[in-house]
Amino acid sequence: MAGSQWDLPPELCCRPMAFVALTGLDVVYNAVHRAIWDAFCANRRADRVPISFKVLAGDHEYPKCRTKRTSYEWYIPKGILKTGWMNKHLNLVPALVVLFYELDWDDPQWKEKQSECATKVEIVRTSLQGRNAKVAVVLIQKKTPLPPGEDLVASERAQALCTACDLSGKSLFVLPHTDHLVGYIIRLENAFYEHAQTYYYTEIRRVKSHKEFLNKTTHQLLFVRHQFKIAFFSELKQDTQNALKYYRTAYSLVHELRAHETNMLEIKTMAGFINYKICRLCFQHNTPLDAIAQFRKHMDQCKKKIGCAELAFEHSAWMSKQFQSFGELFDEAIKLGLTAIQTQNPGFYYQQAACYTQDRKQLAHQLCQAGASYPSPDPLDTQSGGLDFYGQRPWRQGHQSIDPQDAEKEKVGILALQIKERDVPHSELIIALLGNAVAQFKKYKCPRMKSHLMVQMGEEYYHAKDYTKAFKLLDYVMCDYRTERWCALLTDILSTALRCAYLMASVKDYILYCMELLGRASDLKEEQKSRIEKNLLKVLMNDVPEPEPDCDPSSVGAARSLWTDRMALAGSNEMTIEVQDYIPFIQCKAKFQSPSFHVDQPIQLQVFVRADCPHPVSFNKLSVSLSNQEYNQWCVAESSGQEDMTLLPGKPKRYRFSFVAKTEDVGKKIEITGIELMMGSDNGRCVFLSWRGAGGDAASAHEALQSSRSSRRWARGNEAHPELDWDGITLQNSTMIISRVPKISVVLSHQPPILTNEMYCIRLAVQSQEDAVARDVQLTTGLKPGQDANLSQTTHVTLDAFKVCDDSAASLLPDVPLGDLQPGGTLEKCIYFRCGSTGPRVFLFHVAYSVETAVEGRQIICKCHKDETVTIDTLVPFDVSVKFVSTKFEPLDRVAVDIPFLLLTDVVSSSPWPLLLASSSLQLLTLTSNTPQLQSQLQEVVLQTAECATECFCLRCPPGTNDNNTVATGQYLISWRRQSSNPDGPLIQTTVTLPHIILESVPVYIYADLPSFGRVRESLPVRYHIENRTSLVQEVEMAVEPSDAFMFSGLKQVRLRILPGTEQQMLYNYYPLMAGYQTLPQLNINLPRCQSSNTQALKRFLPQRIFVKPQGRQPEDASIAAA
Amino acid sequence: MAVCIAVIAKENYPLYIRSVATQNELKFHYTVHTSLDVVEEKISSVGKALGDQRELYLGLLYPTEDYKVYGYVTNSKVKFVIVVDSSNTSLRDNEIRSMFRKLHNSFTDVMCNPFYNPGDPIQSKAFNGVVSGMMVQTG
Repeated sequence: MAGSQWDLPPELCCRPMAFVALTGLDVVYNAVHRAIWDAFCANRRADRVPISFKVLAGDHEYPKCRTKRTSYEWYIPKGILKTGWMNKHLNLVPALVVLFYELDWDDPQWKEKQSECATKVEIVRTSLQGRNAKVAVVLIQKKTPLPPGEDLVASERAQALCTACDLSGKSLFVLPHTDHLVGYIIRLENAFYEHAQTYYYTEIRRVKSHKEFLNKTTHQLLFVRHQFKIAFFSELKQDTQNALKYYRTAYSLVHELRAHETNMLEIKTMAGFINYKICRLCFQHNTPLDAIAQFRKHMDQCKKKIGCAELAFEHSAWMSKQFQSFGELFDEAIKLGLTAIQTQNPGFYYQQAACYTQDRKQLAHQLCQAGASYPSPDPLDTQSGGLDFYGQRPWRQGHQSIDPQDAEKEKVGILALQIKERDVPHSELIIALLGNAVAQFKKYKCPRMKSHLMVQMGEEYYHAKDYTKAFKLLDYVMCDYRTERWCALLTDILSTALRCAYLMASVKDYILYCMELLGRASDLKEEQKSRIEKNLLKVLMNDVPEPEPDCDPSSVGAARSLWTDRMALAGSNEMTIEVQDYIPFIQCKAKFQSPSFHVDQPIQLQVFVRADCPHPVSFNKLSVSLSNQEYNQWCVAESSGQEDMTLLPGKPKRYRFSFVAKTEDVGKKIEITGIELMMGSDNGRCVFLSWRGAGGDAASAHEALQSSRSSRRWARGNEAHPELDWDGITLQNSTMIISRVPKISVVLSHQPPILTNEMYCIRLAVQSQEDAVARDVQLTTGLKPGQDANLSQTTHVTLDAFKVCDDSAASLLPDVPLGDLQPGGTLEKCIYFRCGSTGPRVFLFHVAYSVETAVEGRQIICKCHKDETVTIDTLVPFDVSVKFVSTKFEPLDRVAVDIPFLLLTDVVSSSPWPLLLASSSLQLLTLTSNTPQLQSQLQEVVLQTAECATECFCLRCPPGTNDNNTVATGQYLISWRRQSSNPDGPLIQTTVTLPHIILESVPVYIYADLPSFGRVRESLPVRYHIENRTSLVQEVEMAVEPSDAFMFSGLKQVRLRILPGTEQQMLYNYYPLMAGYQTLPQLNINLPRCQSSNTQALKRFLPQRIFVKPQGRQPEDASIAAA
Repeated sequence: MAVCIAVIAKENYPLYIRSVATQNELKFHYTVHTSLDVVEEKISSVGKALGDQRELYLGLLYPTEDYKVYGYVTNSKVKFVIVVDSSNTSLRDNEIRSMFRKLHNSFTDVMCNPFYNPGDPIQSKAFNGVVSGMMVQTG
C-alpha cells in the first residue's frame, strides 16, 4: 500500500537495545547449546538487562567499516541520515561478540584446544575489522568449578588462554553446564551488558570527536546526523535522559537547515523522526505535558512547510501521520498507566489525523488529473530498490542543491507520484482514523464529539460508495441530533441519508427521510422542499423519483435501474411507517373532548392534522384505534366520504368522531392506542403513517411547552378559532366512561347524635326525578368501609324495628332490594343502627338502580347510583353514679355485716333528647335487700338534658358472710328509650356494675328506737338495743353524759353482761328543754372484755341528734286538734 | 474577534448561532455542538464542588488546530460559546471575558422583553447588533 510510504520505520519505533552476537553455538544439533540459547532468549522478563541477542556463525561477515575519514574538508554530505543506519546498529553491528567454546580445565588435549580457540577468536576479530566491538570467550564446562583461588590448574590455564587469544581477564568467562544454568546466564549477561555499555560509550565519543572537523557552511546536514547518532547510541546505552537531550539538539538543528523545495521532504521526514523520538522519551519519562508541548511546537513549525505545490497532498499525508503516531504514542502511554482527560486525549490527534487525510484526499483530487498514464521507465525505481537517505526523491538521490538538476526528470517523477496517490484508498484511511477517534471520545465522555465523528464517518462511507454502511451510521446518530433539536445539523445528515436511500433504492427509508426533510425540523429552502415533495409524490404513485442533486453521476445510473426493479416488484406496495420518533411533515394530534364522559353521552374525539410541506397534500384515510377495538369502526374518515382530505400547507384540519360507549365499559378507560393516516392509493403505493397513542412527534412536546409559556397565547385566545392554535392543542389520549348521573334524590331524616346501644333510626327517602321507571332499586347501607376496624365491630345495622339487634348483625347491609320506583314516586325505608362505643362514624347510603334511556336514538339500559354519606357522633345517654351510705346517710368506707345500710344511685342524663326510663332494678350478689322488693322508684320517669334521677335501696349484708373481705355487690339495671321513639319499639337495657365493698364485723351492735322528733317539755322515750354478735359473754359498761338540752331518766351508769346472741334493752326517757336540732345526751359504751374493738365505731350506729319542735300554744293546739 | 458566536438553551438546543458568512456555517454548528460535551462536564464537576458560588466563565473548551472555543454558562444554564480563530493570538483571556459579559448583558435585555418567550430562538435586533460588533468583519 502506498500509504506505507508515510509509516514510520519499525527501527525508529522500537526500543533500542544493546546488540550482542553469540557465536560458536550450534543451536540446531547440540542440545547443550540449545539449552544455553533458550536460557538467553526465552521468557525475557522486564527485570533482565535490555540486550538483544543473536546467534551468528563464527565466521559471520559483519558490515564493513568504511575507512575513517581524516578530514572533512572536501566532503559534501548527500543527505541527513542513511536509511540503513539504525537497522545496522540495532541488528547488524554488535556491541560485543561472544565466542562459546567447550573446554574443561583438565581437558587432556588442552594445548590443541587452546590454539583452536585462539584461532576462532582471531577469525571473529578479522571479520570485525575496524569496529570497536569487543570479543569475549565463554568456556562451556562439564564440571562445576572450584571456588576461585583453589584450583591452581584452572587459574594457570585461564592465564595461558587469555594470552593465547589476546583477551583481557575480564573477557573470559566460564559457564559450567550444571543445574543452575539460568543463574549463570543471568550473571553472564550482566557482564555482557557492561561490555556493551562501554562499547556504546566509545561509539558516542567517536561520533562526538568528528565535530571539530565540521564547518557550518557545508556540513549542516552532518550536525543533525551526528546529534541523532549520539542520541541513538545513548538510547542503546539505555541513557534516555541524555538521549532526549541530544534528540532535542538534533531537532533544533534540523530546523536550522536551509530549507527549499527539493529538500523539504527530507527535512520534514527527519524532523518527524526526531519529534517522534522526543515524544516517546517524554512519555517514557512520565512527562506527558512535555511531550504535548513538543508536539505542538513541532506542528506549529512544520504546518506551513508544504514543499512542492504539485505534491501538496504529501504534506497533508505527512501531517496526518504525525498526528496519528502521536495519538498512538499517547494511547500507548495511557495503557501503561497515564491518565488522560476529556479535553486532552488521543482522540483529538486521531481526529486531526483524519482531518489531514481528508485534506490529502481533496488535494489529491485536485492535483492528480485522471487519464495520465504512468511514465516509463519508472522514475521511482532505484538501483537498490530503496532509498539511501530518508526523505529523498528516488530520481535525484543525494542531490542537495536548491534547484532540481533535471527539470524533465522532476516532472516525470512528480507525475508518477501523483498517479500513485490517485490509487490510494483515502476513504479507508479516513474511516480507520475516525474509528480510532470515536473509540477514544467514547472513553472520555464526549457523546456529541462521537456523534460528529460518526457523521463524518458516514459521509466518508458515502464518498466511498458504501451506502449501506453510510446509511447505518447516519441513521444511528440522527436521533441524537433530533432529540437535541439541532435542526441545521439534522437537515444536513438527513440530506446525506436521503441520497444514500435514493442510491440504494430503499423505498421505505426514502419516504421517511423525504417526510422529515419536508417537516418543520428541516431548514431546507422552499424550492428544495418542493422538489422533495414532488419526488415523494412520485414514489407514492409508484414512480421513479428524480435523483438527488450532488449524487455521484456513475451511481445515479445504477440507482435508476434499482428503482425500476423495485417498482416492477409487485406486492410490496403497502408499508407502515412509525413516525412517532421522527418529525414528519404531517403532524397529527388527537384528543378526547373531555377527560370523562357519562355513559349516556356520546364520546367525542377530535383529530387534528397539519401538513408543513410547501404544496397541498391529500391523503385517503384517517383512522384511530382505541383500546377497545369495537369502537374503532366509528373513528375512520375516508376520502370516499364527503370529508375533505386535502391538507393545505400550515393549515390545521380537524376531524371529529363520536360514538356511544357500551354500558359494560362503565368505569373503564378508553385510550387512543394509535392513529393511522393512509397516503397514496391502492393502485399506486400505500403508505400508512402511524402514530402511537394520541399522536405528536419527537418535537411536539417541546413546542407545547413553549406554547404554554408564551405570552402571545393570551392574545390569540380571542381569535375566532382558538382551538386551531396548533402548538396549543394538547393531547388527551384517554377518557374515562363514568356512569350516568342519577336523577334521584336521597333524603335522610334522623335525630343525631346516636346514644350508645340505642336502636338509632334513620329514615331514608328516595325520590325519583327520572322520566322512566327506575328498576331494581337497591340500597347498600351501613358503616362506610375503610374506617377504624373497632368501629365495624361495635356497629350493627338492621331493618327490624322491634328487636334490639345483637352483636351478630353486620356493620354493612348490602343490596337491600327496595323494588321499582315510578317516575316522581318516593320510596321510604327506616334503617336502625346500634353503636356499642362512642365516637363519630361515617354511614353510607348507596342507592343503585337501572333505568332505560336513549342516546342518539339508541336505547340503552344504564345503571345509576347515588351515594349519600352522613357523619354521626355517638354519645353516652346518661351517667350513673353509685354510693353506699349508712342509715344516717353518712358515707361508708366499709360495711358492717348484718347491719342495714343504704345504696344511692344517681342517673344523670347527658342526652340532648328527653329519655324515658322505663324501669330499674337491682341484681344483688352477697347482699340482700332489707326491704321487700318494691316497684322501681324510677318507673316511667322522663329525664331532660342534665336532669338527674336518684334511687335509694336499703340493703343488708346477711350474717355469716366472710368478713374483712371485699365482695362484689351486683348490678344495677336500667331499661330506657328515647321519649320520642316508637312506643312499641324495644327497650334498651343498660347494666351498671355496682362497686365492690369491704366488709367488717362488729362484736356488739347497738341501735336506738326513738321517735322521729321530740317536742319541748314532752317526754321522749328512747330504747337502746344492745346485741352481742360474738359467741362470748360480753360485759358492757354504759354511761350517759349529761346534756344542756335534755333532762333524762334512766340508768346513768350501768355495767351489764350480755349472753352470746342475745340482746339487752335500755330504756331512757329524755325530756327536751330546747327546740331545734339538738345533740342527744352522749351514750358512752365500753367493752372491757374486748378492748381491741373500737368503741367509737359503735357510736356511729347511734343517732347523734334529734329535732325538737317548740312547745305549741295550747289554744292553737286545741284548735288544730279540733280541726 | 470571534468567527462564531452561539447561545445554547438550557436543554442544549441552539437559541442563536451566528458565524462568519464566508466560511462553512455547518462546520461551526458542529464545533459548537461538540463543545457542549466539555461544557456539560465542566458544569457537572463545578456544581458539586462550589454550589452557587460558580464562575460563569468556563475558559477554553476545545483546543483544536484551527479554532479556539470558549464557553460561558449563565446561572439559568444558558450557554454562550465563542469561537475564535487559532491564528488570532492577540486576544487575551480578559478580552474574551469582557466579550462574554457584553453578550450576557445583551442576552439579559432580550430576556427582559415581555414579548420574548424564553426558549424561542432569539431574533432581537439589538442582540444581533451586539453580536455583529464582536464578530470578525469580513468583506
